[in-house]
Amino acid sequence: MPDLVPALPEIFLAVMSMALLMAGVFQKEENAGRSVSYLAIATLVVTIAIVGVVADGRASTFGGAFVTDGFAVYVKVLILIATAAAVLMSREYLERHGIFRFEFPVLMVLAALGMLMMVSANDLISLYLGIELQSLSLYVIASFQRDTTRSAEAGLKYFVLGALSSGLLLYGISLVYGFSGSTNFDALAQLFQAGQSPLGVTVGIVFIIAGLAFKVSAVPFHMWTPDVYEGAPTPVTAFFAVAPKIAAMALFVRVMVGAFGDLGDQWQQVIIFISIASMVLGAFAAINQTNIKRLMAYSSIGHMGYALIGLAVAGGAGNAEARADGVSGILIYLAIYMFMNIGAFACILQMRRNGRMVEGIGDLAGLSKSNPAMAVVLATFMFSMAGIPPLAGFFGKLYIFLAAIEAELFALAIIGVLASVVGAFYYLRIVKVMYFDAPEEGFDGPVSMEMKAVLVVTGVVTLFFFVWPLPILAGAGLATAALLPG
Amino acid sequence: MIIQSLAFYLFSIVAVASAVMVISARNPVHSVLFLILAFFNSAGLFVLLGAEFLAMILVVVYVGAVAVLFMFVVMMLDINFTALREGFLQYLPLGGLIGLVLLLELAVILGGWIIAPGAAERAAAPTPAIDSVNNTEALGQLIYTNYIYFFQAAGMVLLVAMIGAIVLTHRSRPGVRKQKISEQVAREDSIEMRDMPSGGGI
Repeated sequence: MPDLVPALPEIFLAVMSMALLMAGVFQKEENAGRSVSYLAIATLVVTIAIVGVVADGRASTFGGAFVTDGFAVYVKVLILIATAAAVLMSREYLERHGIFRFEFPVLMVLAALGMLMMVSANDLISLYLGIELQSLSLYVIASFQRDTTRSAEAGLKYFVLGALSSGLLLYGISLVYGFSGSTNFDALAQLFQAGQSPLGVTVGIVFIIAGLAFKVSAVPFHMWTPDVYEGAPTPVTAFFAVAPKIAAMALFVRVMVGAFGDLGDQWQQVIIFISIASMVLGAFAAINQTNIKRLMAYSSIGHMGYALIGLAVAGGAGNAEARADGVSGILIYLAIYMFMNIGAFACILQMRRNGRMVEGIGDLAGLSKSNPAMAVVLATFMFSMAGIPPLAGFFGKLYIFLAAIEAELFALAIIGVLASVVGAFYYLRIVKVMYFDAPEEGFDGPVSMEMKAVLVVTGVVTLFFFVWPLPILAGAGLATAALLPG
Repeated sequence: MIIQSLAFYLFSIVAVASAVMVISARNPVHSVLFLILAFFNSAGLFVLLGAEFLAMILVVVYVGAVAVLFMFVVMMLDINFTALREGFLQYLPLGGLIGLVLLLELAVILGGWIIAPGAAERAAAPTPAIDSVNNTEALGQLIYTNYIYFFQAAGMVLLVAMIGAIVLTHRSRPGVRKQKISEQVAREDSIEMRDMPSGGGI
């Protein structure tokens, strides 16, 4: 009998997802969606508590296929918060569009389960199964608004490209397994301790990177992102932009540093390339966008590029301190990214005129007159994403760039700073449109209670991160220590 | 030994020949039937290798489910397969050449690659001794013990697939007369209670 305690959060989530399914089936159709969605939020909150209670150093179970440590705990808490916020934010939109069926929150919970499994994966097979569980749920909720062509197209596109990336990933995994004889991360790490590996393993690692780069939508595997973000229902886009990105990034770090950490000189250059490409494309391609969801898609590509700098640093051989700073830089970045994005999407979800959603950047014109409070909040998020001090986004970038300089990856740091200057243009353009353009008709009010709550919490974290950054910094430090002992 | 090799050549030849027929048969229904034949012969090859379980799974899953599904697709959808295959011979030389180049490249690369020392032993380590249990038993022991996590996770993936299929395709139509078995059984007018005098009929 394997030790089930380390996997308790996942088991709870799995059981609850089935219970929620039952709860939805045996209720009247009109209120099933709403009640199941509140139950789902409660489930996610309880899971956060369980994650916290179970956390006790490093524990692995199921024959080493599943591991929980400080790193997993930190990322799991982020994922669960992001998922709970996404469920909370989706209620109003779904009700308004008459598609609030109870399967939606259930699929979100199942996606969260997949993400937790990804974060805790300590074996290439559990990695793959976690990714598939998460992706399959995401494909379905991308096309949840099945009567509109755009949503159906987004789901189909995501599915086909996702299947392709799974194929790449599996091919890489099979190569690694075939040439090394093991899929377990600990066994692989031990095998490659000397920094030597058969050629087949290197090719396998490159394929694994390609598969995972697709999941974090890093250039050149980013093509699906703008289309899927634009087509999917807005609350789903809000979810896509946050939780799966955090999970995939954490998994990326765990595989690369945990299993192939000593082969850094073989994969570091690949990460450097996709990081630079993502930052540059994220900065330049977003300039011409007129649709705010597409803009956020390019923005997320850029942000993943910055986060990947941390991974490139972690791949550097030698300087252990710089490697640790790279990993903790990623973790801090992801936490800040989560708060900024949830807040920004909460604002985007308010862009409703005469009962219809509008998505153009031009539709924000004159928001400072019609809804000054929302204009201030959205401007805060935009300044933060652009990385203007003293907002949270600045510190996220700061830690990443500091780590890059410490590891003497000056080119990465310089390109990163330049790309964020270019990126600042389109973030600030939104602020300019809101404050200086001729006002348009205001958006439909009023802002619902839960949206206000989300906006206040994310706004406060983004604005006052510099006052009390300790929780996030300390959490990231503990998580890094768990991943990189010594 | 001779019977084994004869069986091997028989299965292989039929499998390859039917695989060729799958792509060259003019009638798509024949293609599917040849596909089933190819599956059966591959199952035979697995039995020769001592992998009975895989052989059974191949027949049950591929012949039983996938081939039937293909048959449905071929018969239900109105696809003009001859039009799809037009120019098949025209592209054959180029396609063959590309295939040949890929094959040579693979041969060169695989010949030059080194496998990490001890890879085969490490890969074989979790399996129970193969001479004491048959392979169905060995698989069962692994899946339900060491690999229970993967087994359950795969189950969750299938659950999501099921929910997804229903969410994306099910539409509840109003005015459908659904069968309610409990109501039918409990219907009053179909049952008559009578007091029977003892010893007499109705």
